[in-house]
This record gives sequence, structure tokens and C-alpha cells, in this order.
Amino acid sequence: MTATIFWQLLLGFGAISLVSVGGGIAVLPEMHRLVVDVHGWMSDADFARRFALAQAAPGPNILVVGLFGWHVGGILGMLTASAAMTVPTSLMAFGFSRLRARLLGQPWLRIVERGLVPIAVGLIASSGLLLAQGSAESWITVTLTICSAFFVWRTDFSPLWVLGAGAIIGALAL
Amino acid sequence: MTGSSAGMSDSPAPAPTRTDLFLTYGKIGLIGFGGINAWARRVLVEEKRWLTEQEYAETLGLGQVLPGPNALNAAIMVGDRFHGAVGSLLASCSMFGGPLIILMGLAVLYDSYGEVPLVKAVLAGVAAAAAGMVLGTATKMAQKLKPTLALLAVGLCALVAAGFFRVPLPMVVLGLAPFGILASWHGGRGK
Repeated sequence: MTATIFWQLLLGFGAISLVSVGGGIAVLPEMHRLVVDVHGWMSDADFARRFALAQAAPGPNILVVGLFGWHVGGILGMLTASAAMTVPTSLMAFGFSRLRARLLGQPWLRIVERGLVPIAVGLIASSGLLLAQGSAESWITVTLTICSAFFVWRTDFSPLWVLGAGAIIGALAL
Repeated sequence: MTGSSAGMSDSPAPAPTRTDLFLTYGKIGLIGFGGINAWARRVLVEEKRWLTEQEYAETLGLGQVLPGPNALNAAIMVGDRFHGAVGSLLASCSMFGGPLIILMGLAVLYDSYGEVPLVKAVLAGVAAAAAGMVLGTATKMAQKLKPTLALLAVGLCALVAAGFFRVPLPMVVLGLAPFGILASWHGGRGK
């Protein structure tokens, strides 16, 4: 990895991370602009495939940034891009967490926090919806999604059961 | 199975040790198919009971308003709550460490095996199940949090705007936050 690419990764993803309100996936279009349009590091299809791979793997969705870094700079590129995307905002989150601890018990803080709850839940639901649209290949996958949603909603069994069932049904029927 | 035991602030959270924090977030990262948030809620609220349903949802809500990956922001706040800066570092590093190693392996293997039909079929099945898991989690949270009508409306707006109309997330979060706060203020006045 050249020094130029190192700085491009560091500054490019660092800048994107600072506007990623709502989560890493919120800035996917900006990442596309950086990786495909501005630097031409990969094609449109490559970009989509790497995003799909990161979605299929467990862990934070933002790890896709590591795959972009890997593509242009190997392991060092992966670490550079991941750090640029996470370290500055993590420091901000930590600072905020400290501030919050000092303000704890303030009535207005309680009101603000309660007011953000529906947005958090609504966005989890919307991410589920987008995942469902992306995985809806046939009536089998759609049925699987619906059954899985009911299972997780109505029971307290570990959702790992439905993932396992999904893997088996996928292997046998898809 | 204990039905609604993970309800509102009735069970005092037994404080986790540093090792607990590290191992638990490591687990959350490794099983986090379909994104971290639904799994973090499952483990922190239902399995470990370190946080109540309300506390987790509030932490995640703050994580979404702050820039940066929201699951990471939430992990940093949870870590700080129990063990300060060390806790934040343990939670965030263990949440990222495992998946990062898996992803390195996948990045190497994917180009050779990604198109193998069996691999694609298994991944498609897991993806469909994970999608349902995320939807089921959101439904469960909405049910257990017992929102007022106004808060519910804000949540549905967020769902429709981001899920159906694909409104960019920063606009959804910053646009709806004032309404959420207003709804929360209005709902809290009576109490």
C-alpha cells in the first residue's frame, strides 16, 4: 500500500464517519462515491458484492469498510480504513457518555432520551425490512423470513435456532 | 422460558466484571448476523439482564443520533457505564475483533468459493432468517416498551421513511428527533 492510498483511506473514511448520523450504513452512498467514483478503486459490481459479503458475515455492518480497505491495501488497508471509520466517532461517543453521566437525573435529558427511543426501534424495523427485501428470492425465503420473525417475536428461545434452520433449509431447498 | 421477565426496571442489573463485558461483546459480535443491534438487545436485555428494555433502547437511540456506527456507539456507552474507559475499550474491541478476523478469512475465500451453489444457498437461507430475526426483535421491543400513541407514531414514521421511501438516515434521525422529544415531553407531563 502506498503512502498516497494510506492518506486517501484515512482522510476519506475519516471524513465520511463524521457525518454518519444514523449509523454506518447511512453513508453507504458517500462510500460508493469515494471508492467507485472518486478513486476508481473498484467497479460498481465489486462494491455491491463486498457489501453483500459483509452483510452475510456476522458482526457490525460497518465492517464493509474493512473490505474496501483490503481491496486497495491488503491487511494494512483494512486496518487503516476500519480505524478511520471508527476511532474519531468512538472518541466522541465516549466523551458524550461522560457528559451524560454528569447530567444524569436532569429531567430534560430523560425527555430527550425517551424521545429517541421510537427512532431507534423504527430504524431496527426498517433495517429488517431492507434485509427482507434483499433476501426475498422466492416464496421459500419469504416464508422463512416471516416464520423467523414470528419465532423471535413470540418466543424467548435464542434466534440462533432460526439461523441454523435457515442454513439447513437453504442448503436443502434453495 | 421466562416470558416478560425483561420488562421495565424491575430487575436490578448485576454489574458485569471486565471479563464478562469482554466475553459478552465478543459473543455479540460473532453471532451478530443481520447487524449487531438486535443481537445486542437479545444478549444484554434478555440473557444477561444488564440493561432493561428501556435502557437499551435509550442507549441505542443516543448511538444513532451521534455520528458513527450506532452499535459501536452503544457498546462504548454500555462499556463506560460499567467499567469506564477500560469498559468502553473492552466492549468495542471485542465486538469488532472476532468479526474482523472472520471477514479477513471470508475476503480471501469469497473469490474462490463465493459462487459455489451450496455456499450461496446456505447464505441466502441465513440472510432470510436473519431478516426475520431483526423484524421480530423490533416488534418485540415495540410491544415491551409500551409506547404512548404519539411515540408509536414517531416510530412508524421512522420505519416508513427509512424502510419504504429510503430517506437518507441522517435526515430521518435529525428530522424525527424533535417530534420524538415533543412526544416524550407531552407523554411525560401527566406523570
